Amino acid sequence: MTDSKNLGKGSSITRREALAGGAIVLGAIATKPLSAAPTTSHSTVPKTVLDPLIERPGQLGTPRSRRDGPLKVKGGARYAAEHHLKDMTYAALVFSTIARGSISEIDSRDAETSPGVVLVMTHLNAPRMGAPEPFLATPTGASGSSHPVMQDAEVFWNGQPIAVVLAETQEQADRAARLIQITYQAKTSVTRFSEAKQLETVATFGGEKLQTVRGDADAALEAAPVKIDVSFSSPRHNHNQIEPHAVTVAWQGKTLRMYDCNQGLSLTAATIAKVFGIEPAQVHVSAEFVGGSFGGKTLWQYHIVAAAAAKLSGRPVRMNVTREGVFRMCGGRAPTEQRVALGADKDGRLKALIHTGFTPKIQQNAMTEPFIEATQRLYSSETARIEVRAAHMDMLSNTFMRAPGSAVGTYALETAMDELAEKLTIDPIELRLRNEPDVDPTNGKRFSQRGLVQAYQMGAERFGWIPRKGQRLGRREGEWLVGTGVASAYYPHYHFPGGAARVTITADGKLLVELAAHEQGVGAATTTAIIAAKRFGIDFEDVEVRYGDSLLPGSHPAGGSQQTASIGATILAANTAMIAELAKIAPQGTPWAGLSSTGLTTVRAGIALTERPSVHIGYKELLARAGLQAITIEADAATPTAAETWSMHSYGAVFCEARVNADTRELRVSRVTGVYDCGKILNAKTAASQFRGGIIMSLGLAMMEETQFDERTGRIINASMAEYHMPVHLDVPLIDVAWTDIPDPHAPTGARGVGEISMNGASAALANAVYDATGKRVRDLPITLDKLMV
Amino acid sequence: MELFTYERAHNPEAAVIAGAPSRAKFLGGGTNLVDLMREGIERPSALVDVTGLSQTIVETAEGGLLIGAAASNAAVAEHRLVRNRYPALSRAILAGASAQIRNMATVGGNILQRTRCRYFYDVNGARCNKRDPGQGCDAIGGFNRYHAVLGTSSHCIATHPSDMCIPLVAFDAIVHLAANGGSRSIKLAELHRDPGDTPQIETALDPGELITAIELPPLALARRSAYRKVRDRASYAFALISVAAALHVDDNRVTDVRLALGGVAHKPWRALIAERALVGQPATYDTFLAAARAELRAAQTQRDNAFKPELAARTIAAVLRTLAEEQA
Ligand SMILES: Cc1cc2nc3c(=O)[nH]c(=O)nc-3n(C[C@H](O)[C@H](O)[C@H](O)COP(=O)(O)OP(=O)(O)OC[C@H]3O[C@@H](n4cnc5c(N)ncnc54)[C@H](O)[C@@H]3O)c2cc1C
Ligand code: SF4
Repeated sequence: MTDSKNLGKGSSITRREALAGGAIVLGAIATKPLSAAPTTSHSTVPKTVLDPLIERPGQLGTPRSRRDGPLKVKGGARYAAEHHLKDMTYAALVFSTIARGSISEIDSRDAETSPGVVLVMTHLNAPRMGAPEPFLATPTGASGSSHPVMQDAEVFWNGQPIAVVLAETQEQADRAARLIQITYQAKTSVTRFSEAKQLETVATFGGEKLQTVRGDADAALEAAPVKIDVSFSSPRHNHNQIEPHAVTVAWQGKTLRMYDCNQGLSLTAATIAKVFGIEPAQVHVSAEFVGGSFGGKTLWQYHIVAAAAAKLSGRPVRMNVTREGVFRMCGGRAPTEQRVALGADKDGRLKALIHTGFTPKIQQNAMTEPFIEATQRLYSSETARIEVRAAHMDMLSNTFMRAPGSAVGTYALETAMDELAEKLTIDPIELRLRNEPDVDPTNGKRFSQRGLVQAYQMGAERFGWIPRKGQRLGRREGEWLVGTGVASAYYPHYHFPGGAARVTITADGKLLVELAAHEQGVGAATTTAIIAAKRFGIDFEDVEVRYGDSLLPGSHPAGGSQQTASIGATILAANTAMIAELAKIAPQGTPWAGLSSTGLTTVRAGIALTERPSVHIGYKELLARAGLQAITIEADAATPTAAETWSMHSYGAVFCEARVNADTRELRVSRVTGVYDCGKILNAKTAASQFRGGIIMSLGLAMMEETQFDERTGRIINASMAEYHMPVHLDVPLIDVAWTDIPDPHAPTGARGVGEISMNGASAALANAVYDATGKRVRDLPITLDKLMV
Repeated sequence: MELFTYERAHNPEAAVIAGAPSRAKFLGGGTNLVDLMREGIERPSALVDVTGLSQTIVETAEGGLLIGAAASNAAVAEHRLVRNRYPALSRAILAGASAQIRNMATVGGNILQRTRCRYFYDVNGARCNKRDPGQGCDAIGGFNRYHAVLGTSSHCIATHPSDMCIPLVAFDAIVHLAANGGSRSIKLAELHRDPGDTPQIETALDPGELITAIELPPLALARRSAYRKVRDRASYAFALISVAAALHVDDNRVTDVRLALGGVAHKPWRALIAERALVGQPATYDTFLAAARAELRAAQTQRDNAFKPELAARTIAAVLRTLAEEQA
């Protein structure tokens, strides 16, 4: 094991040290039978070519501010609801108030004659449209559900859009919408969690069963000398991006033009095209700026309603969804009930790992909250039974919300691990180290790179972790009970196919990168410029990135923390294609002419021989000699295959200090350290912001976030940011973040993605700290003060 | 929102004339009323803006304070005399809402702000006796963590959400009122009502009656007063429970005490039972807790707020303990 002192410098850790750490894990793997797999840097495993950028990261990782920062600060960035089209109307939605049934009567006479009203659209007059394809259900699906939109009188959930009013002003539309009278015929509905649970079956996610069975875990648990068996619950959550959902829409000739807030442009265009029976190229969706997405800025009914109403009225429509509307219509995280049972020998080696539970979903999507993902990877155990069971409920779509599944799954697993450590009288970090797997515990694949151990070592040093052996170290400071806790974080590495880009080098030696990528406010466009600059050997300032438009090449969904990996792979492909083109235009007889792309490399704003980099010619000179103003190529990223061979996942270690008021039991967090192992970090500044933001959201999940879903009616009660609590500034302590920065040899540019992992781990670390402070284990989220009073 | 007329009143006389029609409403900072209009709960046909009326904060002849109804919440909280003589009032205001809202909100509007019960707000989706008398109350048997435990009825269990009003009732504040027919003064403690079977009637004000000022009587005790708000996040949340208290201890015995609770009732709750139980008793945590529990003995809890009586008792005892320690 590497001496933790060498690893204690956090983000300032040198690459050499980091790789040395990585080699420990890889060294252990090397003794296992090897597959015919491509790549790793360690000498005892087959040697193949690494991405050269991993070897010479150069400026990759240096902190850079977001390029659009000044524009946003000045209010110059135009969001979906800030595009003004000539002759535009304003939309207001009416939502259903029953959970299941049908509309028997709509009286919209008052609304139609209300001042300024242009159109009232309901299922009675909406154009005929196909049902949208849900995300994951088909290759191009982008919708949150497959419910038909205003096609018949059916009501599928409490909050379904059932009418829309267009008017000359927003106020006129809002007023008229209130005048619409609706009568329903209610049907029996399933709105109670306990009722849905009666019908549970093993669930699937992305077509795969959410189940892992290894040996007889129940018997192993029974036989284990030390065990715990505990149940958890987590409530519903709703998306609350700072920018509520919005779209501005117009039919321009045969083209449907949408200014949207979106994290899956190409998929959205394809799905909407099918709904309206037109070609995907006829749907032009752009989203230059998005005020946060988190999995919720996909395709929802409001898009389709707005486009249909624009068609019917013949006028452009601005649909600015109210905050309440976002709660009613735009999906949220499903609640869960989970059981974690752990059996270990006296030394703390896991003999049985059981993580099962139930979560409701809607019938009309392909999404089940996959809360077992972390449990499938984090620890080795002789036996395992890991399984998600699900059943349908009549409710708002359950959907993807930052770290779907693992956010609440790690909460259960990692607080259970803390309990087990206590019972074993072993330090909780030591317990994790003793169960560090050599290979992926679920599929036996080797890890492409796994630095959980390093993350713990770095984190323990930064936080000042005091090891414990079964005793609580909590102390009292005045009226506060203070405790510390720790937990692992985990998030899978996704890499979707479909990446593509158009790249142009101009006569002045500058680079233009165009691709249908998304900017959710995280700095993706800036990171794209960083990657492209490095890859093409060009100054960052000389790279322009155009993105956020469905007419641009490629599909780069900003979900699953994979956009940066997708862009990295795409830029790599574009670079190869561009080198080939440049070799073609190099004058006959020069050293570069006609070489293949392996013989050439892009450095110092030009191309050079790979073997003799001093033999170099600049882009400017190349283009001048060829008499070209610009040279453009378009390239598709290679189909991602690395994960077929390697176990590719990200990890982290999170430490937390909690304070519980001795009188009122109010919970406050005073300190957090998170160390993440996500491969190479490409921009220290924006990555740190992602980590911090996820930690804040994870603390919110632990302490306060909860959708109040009234089971009597299936209606969300706290559809307002005043009553749906998320952390405010005063709830957020000093957050210290760091990363192992060990490149993943099989991920493009060595980076696995940073968007979601920090959503996991902090909540469990906090719960464990609360236990250390108070001696109370709260297993039902959120940890509100009443649960600490008893 | 419905169409309405808007008019700015320049003096109380003009305000009460403009505010006399039955569907007229006075407009303070609008931080509550405008929200309620957007939600379709309030549908005034005329708004009479009263932010131009008295905003002054002056000492009265008796040594108390007179605060104009149009004074902003922020101005009251920051005022030197308020901070010195009635620190709990300053703290209570600062514990509420956000800086932006406190800058907009007026004293009159704060007193008359309406409940935050979510079922009250959900015009089409929930039943509410306060909004639509006779409809039923969906909060009973529903989500009611923030709801009342004292003075409730089977018709309504809503709370009055104000922080500012809690120290005001503890300190026997008086409300000055004006109407078309003349003016009068009542105790703030008598302004808000229990819900009974008419939860839609929230105050003792007559229709069209205007709050012109709040008067704080002189109260030496209040110089040593405290406000403690217990909530689900560190800021920008309504009180689960809150406590305003002032205490005088002499020779380890309670000689005088003022106590009021927020977040527990349809009105700011003056804890008279506890006050009576405390006077003359030893100033110990145990007597504080016993007195607090006596106040809450009548509490009736709901599905989600069973913790409130105990939380209130512990918080009262903790606040009194701190006040006593400061005098030891
Ligand atoms: C998000 C949010 C969070 C909040 N958090 C808190 C909190 O934590 N604690 C807290 O105490 N409050 C909180 N508030 C409520 C806030 O304190 C009130 O909205 C504010 O005090 C109302 O004052 P206003 O002047 O804006 O009143 P308005 O909205 O203008 O009026 C409110 C009512 O008072 C009437 N009125 C106004 N002036 C007079 C007058 N002079 N005479 C007679 N009638 C009058 C109006 O007709 C109306 O019925 C919060 C509000 C919001 C929006
Ligand atoms: S508690 Fe009162 S305000 Fe809330 S729903 Fe019931 S009657 Fe309405």
